[in-house]
Amino acid sequence: MSVDILVVAEQRDGVLNRATLEAVVAGQGLSKDLGLDLSVLVLGKNIGDLANDLCVGVKEVLIAEHEKVGDYTADGYCAAIKQIVAKEAPKYILFSHTYMVRDYSSKLAAALNRQLVSDCVGYKMDGESPVFVRQIFQGKIDADFTFSGDGANLVSFQVGAFNADNLDSGTSGEVRDAGVAFDEIEVRTKVLDIFEGVKQEVDLSKAERIVSVGRGIKKPENMDLMNELAAVLDAELAASRPVCDDGWLPLDRQVGSSGQTVTPSLYLAVGISGAIQHIVGMKNSGTIVAINKDPHAPIFDIADYGVVGDLFEVVPALIAAVKEIR
Amino acid sequence: MKIIVCMKQVPVQDSLLKITDDNTWVHEDELNWEINESDNYAMEAALRLKEEHGGEVVLLSMGPDRVKESIKQGLAKGVERALHINNEDFTTRDPFINAKLLAAAIKQESPDLVLTGLQADDTGFGQTGPILAEYLGLPHTSIVMEIEKSNGGIKVKRELEGGWFQSVELPLPALLSIQSGSNQLRYATIKGIMMAKKKEIKSLTLADLGLAEDEVDDSNSSLNFNRIFIPEKTKKAEIFEGDPKEIAAKLADKLKNEAKVF
Ligand SMILES: Cc1cc2nc3c(=O)[nH]c(=O)nc-3n(C[C@H](O)[C@H](O)[C@H](O)COP(=O)(O)OP(=O)(O)OC[C@H]3O[C@@H](n4cnc5c(N)ncnc54)[C@H](O)[C@@H]3O)c2cc1C
Repeated sequence: MSVDILVVAEQRDGVLNRATLEAVVAGQGLSKDLGLDLSVLVLGKNIGDLANDLCVGVKEVLIAEHEKVGDYTADGYCAAIKQIVAKEAPKYILFSHTYMVRDYSSKLAAALNRQLVSDCVGYKMDGESPVFVRQIFQGKIDADFTFSGDGANLVSFQVGAFNADNLDSGTSGEVRDAGVAFDEIEVRTKVLDIFEGVKQEVDLSKAERIVSVGRGIKKPENMDLMNELAAVLDAELAASRPVCDDGWLPLDRQVGSSGQTVTPSLYLAVGISGAIQHIVGMKNSGTIVAINKDPHAPIFDIADYGVVGDLFEVVPALIAAVKEIR
Repeated sequence: MKIIVCMKQVPVQDSLLKITDDNTWVHEDELNWEINESDNYAMEAALRLKEEHGGEVVLLSMGPDRVKESIKQGLAKGVERALHINNEDFTTRDPFINAKLLAAAIKQESPDLVLTGLQADDTGFGQTGPILAEYLGLPHTSIVMEIEKSNGGIKVKRELEGGWFQSVELPLPALLSIQSGSNQLRYATIKGIMMAKKKEIKSLTLADLGLAEDEVDDSNSSLNFNRIFIPEKTKKAEIFEGDPKEIAAKLADKLKNEAKVF
């Protein structure tokens, strides 16, 4: 047996991270385009049921089940996957670019003496070979990457780059033990506990309208202006990460991958550039409005209405205009 | 505790970027430069550990002559000394080659702790830390918010998705990638700036690192950085530009009568 394309699944306590299915969708695309088989690997403890669930639209599900990968650690995952790669010789190893994958995928590539393109937004075919596209300069510019050499080539895809609903459930695969020699594996880090950061006092996920403030606000004194805008719109106030990091708004009002996920009917982003970690938390909002002085700010790509201008001129005018017509 | 902080100099955050004619990079000569955001937080974390437990903080940076300006800012904030891998003659964007160079410099110092930022604001790979850990044979963890000493090692708080955290214990020596926003950053004092002038910035060449030119040549890499381009817009926003009053009236009208959000 051997493996062509291997998607590494992510789970905690037997619960699959949904982003894994996005990587499977990416793998199904590559599998068609390159004429290669697709397999999935799950590591962990008590993952039998999960492995069975994953047997959809793939040739095989490999499992590596042991205490040593019971809690995720970079040491445990890298050593186990390295053994599997040596045995199965996959051409591609695919991941979804989650916080866990950030932590170990490049260490794995280094241990394998192979290359990784991280956080890709997609791929396109150039004849027979895939070209992987990733963002640089915080989403302002895209870059094309290709691999030379047979691999294993490692690729991680940005969360949301592929849609898990597009999973082709055509074939059903089988579960196979990956045969990892766990006694050879040494784990140096120790996971102590997992806990929720701040007590969430506001639940922004239920907000009807949100005014969200970014670093463009410059100073905490300027928050008054944003409070006023939120008040006239009868909206909750939220923010991008730097604003919460600086303590200008409480942490439980942070929107994004580390904060809350929101879907209001109006999301008004003021002085927010639109980094992917922010966008994943708000892109499914109804109407998205962006006010930003930089016409190339990535936030405009997902906005319905955009105002290119200085927020310190636009926001006071908007407050007045809304007061007038509400 | 001897701590090495890896620091990259990147274009300032609001830079207007112009792509070069060969579509391989941006024009650098018109840019202003600053310390990469999360690297600044790595430096802050190192300085706080030193102040609490004693020891030394050494800044390590790779780049052309211009990075000395950023190094000096670190020295002024309280870093003891700096190592500068001067790559005026070779640049590589391959994170594996860059990590090889940094690893060679770090090995000569045998630190107790290596800190990097989580990711660079320009290339955004977020790979240097974990690759370095592998090359140096160190345990590591990333997206770190807090560090404290614990019996024989360190205990860190790292970030998970959606407002969750995890505590992890590591033996020393170890490597940590630090997340932005983990501390309040300090400013350099006048005294710090004066003292920085006497601090050492040691320049390291390839020969000093025991590396040959072909080992740091990214044309030998199996990953090719082909071209860069301005992404195509996928969704067409209706854009308003011009007089703030007029724009505001138009936008308010659209929100009320077209989008019907209030
Ligand atoms: C692992 C990880 C997790 C993260 N989690 C989150 C998260 O949960 N939430 C989050 O938001 N971020 C998160 N981030 C950070 C994210 O990558 C960005 O750094 C952050 O979202 C940027 O915030 P911003 O847009 O407010 O600031 P910037 O990117 O600095 O943007 C400021 C914007 O304001 C504009 N501006 C400046 N002055 C004016 C003016 N006078 N008028 C109009 N516009 C102006 C500028 O043109 C710019 O576009 C995370 C990052 C990482 C690596």
